[in-house]
Amino acid sequence: MSHLIPPSILPYVLPVLFGVVIVGVFPLVAGYIVLAERKLMADMQARLGPMRVGPHGLLQPIADAFKLMLKEDVIPAGADKFIFWIAPVLSVTMALLAYAAIPIGPAFQIADLNVGLLFILAVSSLGIYGIVLGGWASNSHYSLLGALRSAAQLVSYETAAGLGLVSGLLLAGSLSMKDIVQAQADQGIWFVFAVPIGFFIYLVGSIAETNRAPFDLPEAESELVAGYMTEYSGFRWALYFLAEYANMVIVAAIATTLFLGGWLRPFPRFHDHLPGTSIELLDAFPALLFLAIALYCLRLAPHQPVKVQKLFMAGVAGACALLAAVMAASLFAPAGVMAGIHGAFWFIAKVAIYIYIFLWVRFTFPRYRFDQLMRLGWHFLIPLALVNVIVVGVGIVLQQQWAVSPRLTEILGTIFMLGVAVFLAREEQQHVHAVEVAAESGEGE
Amino acid sequence: LNLALFYFFAALAVVSAILMVTRRNIVHSAVFLITALLATAGIFLQLQAEFPFVVQIILYVGGIMVLFVFVIMLVNLDVTMRLIQFNRQRYVSVLLALVLAIQFAIAFWVGRAGLNLRKPLDMPPHNTEAFGEALFARYILPFEIASILLLVAMIGAVVMAKRRV
Repeated sequence: MSHLIPPSILPYVLPVLFGVVIVGVFPLVAGYIVLAERKLMADMQARLGPMRVGPHGLLQPIADAFKLMLKEDVIPAGADKFIFWIAPVLSVTMALLAYAAIPIGPAFQIADLNVGLLFILAVSSLGIYGIVLGGWASNSHYSLLGALRSAAQLVSYETAAGLGLVSGLLLAGSLSMKDIVQAQADQGIWFVFAVPIGFFIYLVGSIAETNRAPFDLPEAESELVAGYMTEYSGFRWALYFLAEYANMVIVAAIATTLFLGGWLRPFPRFHDHLPGTSIELLDAFPALLFLAIALYCLRLAPHQPVKVQKLFMAGVAGACALLAAVMAASLFAPAGVMAGIHGAFWFIAKVAIYIYIFLWVRFTFPRYRFDQLMRLGWHFLIPLALVNVIVVGVGIVLQQQWAVSPRLTEILGTIFMLGVAVFLAREEQQHVHAVEVAAESGEGE
Repeated sequence: LNLALFYFFAALAVVSAILMVTRRNIVHSAVFLITALLATAGIFLQLQAEFPFVVQIILYVGGIMVLFVFVIMLVNLDVTMRLIQFNRQRYVSVLLALVLAIQFAIAFWVGRAGLNLRKPLDMPPHNTEAFGEALFARYILPFEIASILLLVAMIGAVVMAKRRV
């Protein structure tokens, strides 16, 4: 095939193809994250969730997308037309642009930038303009308040999340996404185990940055209707939704790359083989997992109420079986192919786990009040992150200059950081208590 | 291609800077200022300076401008829309601009012999490390002085804001 394409544009063909695939497939992925969210929420609240469209609601995202596309597109009177139009577009473009630097496995990456991580942060920090300008252009007080909250929240938590990332970057010694994963492979440890506090700070910061509950004040429905997107409807609204889920996947991908070992397989030193073969047990895991899902779907199929749904469920089982076959076949393919496919599997699995934490947190914690949010950010997370960066720096110097064992410094550093966290939390509690006492006595007068 | 990219970004920066000054609506001005800053970042990238490119976006566009927009949105826009934004001193300004232009022209004319444009340093394309090396080893003193200056400014701002509360 390569002789069909002139050599001058050959290096651009694969990245462009990959980019088109991501932009094309992502809306579907976002739709299914929404479905997973609704199913999970239903499960935690002892309901069934969407069940009507397709077996177990499996076609719900597609129905939703059609509904949103066919809805009337309302532009409020007095809105700033141009900015109202461009804001959601900006949001979605910036969110999708960041995928250019994310490595999905060793083989699939659009561009391995020298400053990859910073590039992703920069581009995704531009997405805030979609929210802020959209909220302003709607000419509505609810929207404006949502936008203001969003801007304040992002500026506060971006600092904390960024400092959380720095602790991991110090260990990696590079900003290129590929080199970060390679550093974890070389050091034989995922950085989440080396700097757990840094990971925790990034986790909290990333939930706040993506405006997810319990930090979803910009769209708090009990106070602000829907916050910055109150006035948006139909497909523009869908674009905002898409941007929100795209940002979730991006922060999950950053965390996966920097803290969870990217596309690396868990337990790299675990080499037990499948009985009777030369295949490692953990390398066979993806194939077995998909096979198990396929069998489960096949078992569910006869229980569906309608014949079409039975067939559809069987089709899902078939798709899973196909994936299992691909995974199994890649075991016997050349090493590079296998690394690519299995790397993609582990990467996506880790991203899925991180997003699962997002959803889980959303249904578990009540929403913060705005002053609580600011206090948590500025009085707890940022000081903790600053101390964490210093401690990690000291740890690295200890390892390099005095050859202290890495595991020892990691454990000591983490214990020290836990102490700092407890100290900050107690200090903060006393401060809040003092403020409340003062407020009560003030009211009494 | 390189030159075309440069002219594209430069033109974008200049045009959006002009638009930023002339817009009546202050939010539109902010949007054009963002465009101008992004175009400047583009020029950095075209010079293969990846780190300044990213820092320009993160700091100026992603941080400072967000705060700008934040403040702007709190301002009552209806009032500013009706204000007269340009005062009527056209002739004075034209005169001053002419004087400045002549000064520049003379300066360039006199110094044209020594006017050889610096070639960009022959750097490898991935130069983030070199950047950090220069900043933290060779120019550590100016760097620290600048950071202390910023710290002083920050504390000063906090003190002045606190007094009025």
